Amino acid sequence: MADAALRRTPLHDLHAGLGARMGGFAGYDLPLSYPAGVMAEHLHTRAAAGLFDVSHMGQVILRGERAAEALEALVPVDVLGLAEGRQRYALFTNEAGGIEDDLMVANRGDHLLLVVNAARKEADLELLRAGLPESVTVEPLDRALLALQGPGSEAALAALAPGVAGMRFMDVATVTLEGTEAWVSRSGYTGEDGFEISISEKAAVRVAEALLAQEGVAPAGLGARDSLRLEAGLCLHGHDIDAATTPAEAGLGWAIQKVRRTGGDRAGGFPGANRILRELAEGSERRRVGIRPEGRAPMREGVELYDSADALAPVGRITSGGFGPSVGAPVAMGLVPAALSEPGTRLHAELRGRRLPVTVAALPFIPSNFKR
Amino acid sequence: MKYTEEHEWLRPEGDLVVVGITSHASTQLGDVVYVELPEVGTVVTQGDEIVVIESVKAASDITAPLDGEIVEINEAIADEPGKVNEDPTGDGWFFKIRPTDMSQLDAFMDEDAYEAMTG
Repeated sequence: MADAALRRTPLHDLHAGLGARMGGFAGYDLPLSYPAGVMAEHLHTRAAAGLFDVSHMGQVILRGERAAEALEALVPVDVLGLAEGRQRYALFTNEAGGIEDDLMVANRGDHLLLVVNAARKEADLELLRAGLPESVTVEPLDRALLALQGPGSEAALAALAPGVAGMRFMDVATVTLEGTEAWVSRSGYTGEDGFEISISEKAAVRVAEALLAQEGVAPAGLGARDSLRLEAGLCLHGHDIDAATTPAEAGLGWAIQKVRRTGGDRAGGFPGANRILRELAEGSERRRVGIRPEGRAPMREGVELYDSADALAPVGRITSGGFGPSVGAPVAMGLVPAALSEPGTRLHAELRGRRLPVTVAALPFIPSNFKR
Repeated sequence: MKYTEEHEWLRPEGDLVVVGITSHASTQLGDVVYVELPEVGTVVTQGDEIVVIESVKAASDITAPLDGEIVEINEAIADEPGKVNEDPTGDGWFFKIRPTDMSQLDAFMDEDAYEAMTG
């Protein structure tokens, strides 16, 4: 149902024409699924290519001498060492060591391009403006963002812009696509090879239609995006990670390069550095883990986890979960005490008043398929 | 065949009533991935939540449309929940109930009324 308070992306009419079921997400009216359905869209993305409208996400340009150095005061990652034409995963942290948002940072030569979560756009802009010196300008962009994901992505995009075939995972480049300038990165949120494509709002429909016309490309909605990222073991901010979850707890230590860790040349110097670096060295009390319910019943966010069938108090909870179409079974992620985080550990989840067995599992649930 | 406002269909079969969800409901739910059925022998009251149905999107409850006893359940949909989408009014049936009072059926919609409701 149309909700006037929701914002629309430039592809709104295209979604309607494709018969999408729309729904509100982070203040935007977005396609949850198309007539094929979540399951088919998910499986098609893993087998061929899915096209997602992710224009709700925030795109921000940082410009100015020493922008990279300045940004390092807000994120625990190596921005200075990020080569031109490369992108890296990053986190905005707070003084308590929690995660305010997760984002991508690309070095595009004379500027940095940040892609942040839709729900955190305003908060992130505030954090950037408060935390960066005046010499660095913070410019939010009104641009469309498409994600083309799946093993067929390269062939589909290269048919329109041959240069992208030479890109590796996490490369960024500017190409011409259907006559418009496109900022392309070889990345995504599905565990598959693929591209994220930033284009002007007025070119969005033209580019989306050209991609949908390629063999093997089908539209996919937010439902499939969520089940794909869940199987790939990727965090969703506000669910698996939040302001009260630290990088070590979230298993995101890999995102913090040596140079920012204790003993590194630029160790610390970001919000929450004391706790974050201590936990990376010594371990955290809780850990994000994969969870495999033993039965067929999906277990979703908020389901509490117990260390035995009759324990009174929960030891953890599921942070996101559902059915994994490629796994063919329910899958979930949760936060549990470090002592119970080894794959194979058996726990109990309380679902509708019953304790059901679950097993801690390694992430991701399906092997990733990136072009390194 | 009768229909409830909760999108169940009820088909009398001798002194039993077969219950499932409508094609409209199965389309709205999306791909069904799990169905939890009541145990055979359960005595239910109209409005009791007796079935949990999970799609890729969310979990929903199905309530008992009539007072009575559950006499048979469709084990096949526990193993292959996709049948609920493929054939909601046939192979995708949920359970058979022996109603205490068959006249409770009269209160439900006929096909025309149901179609008018779902537009």
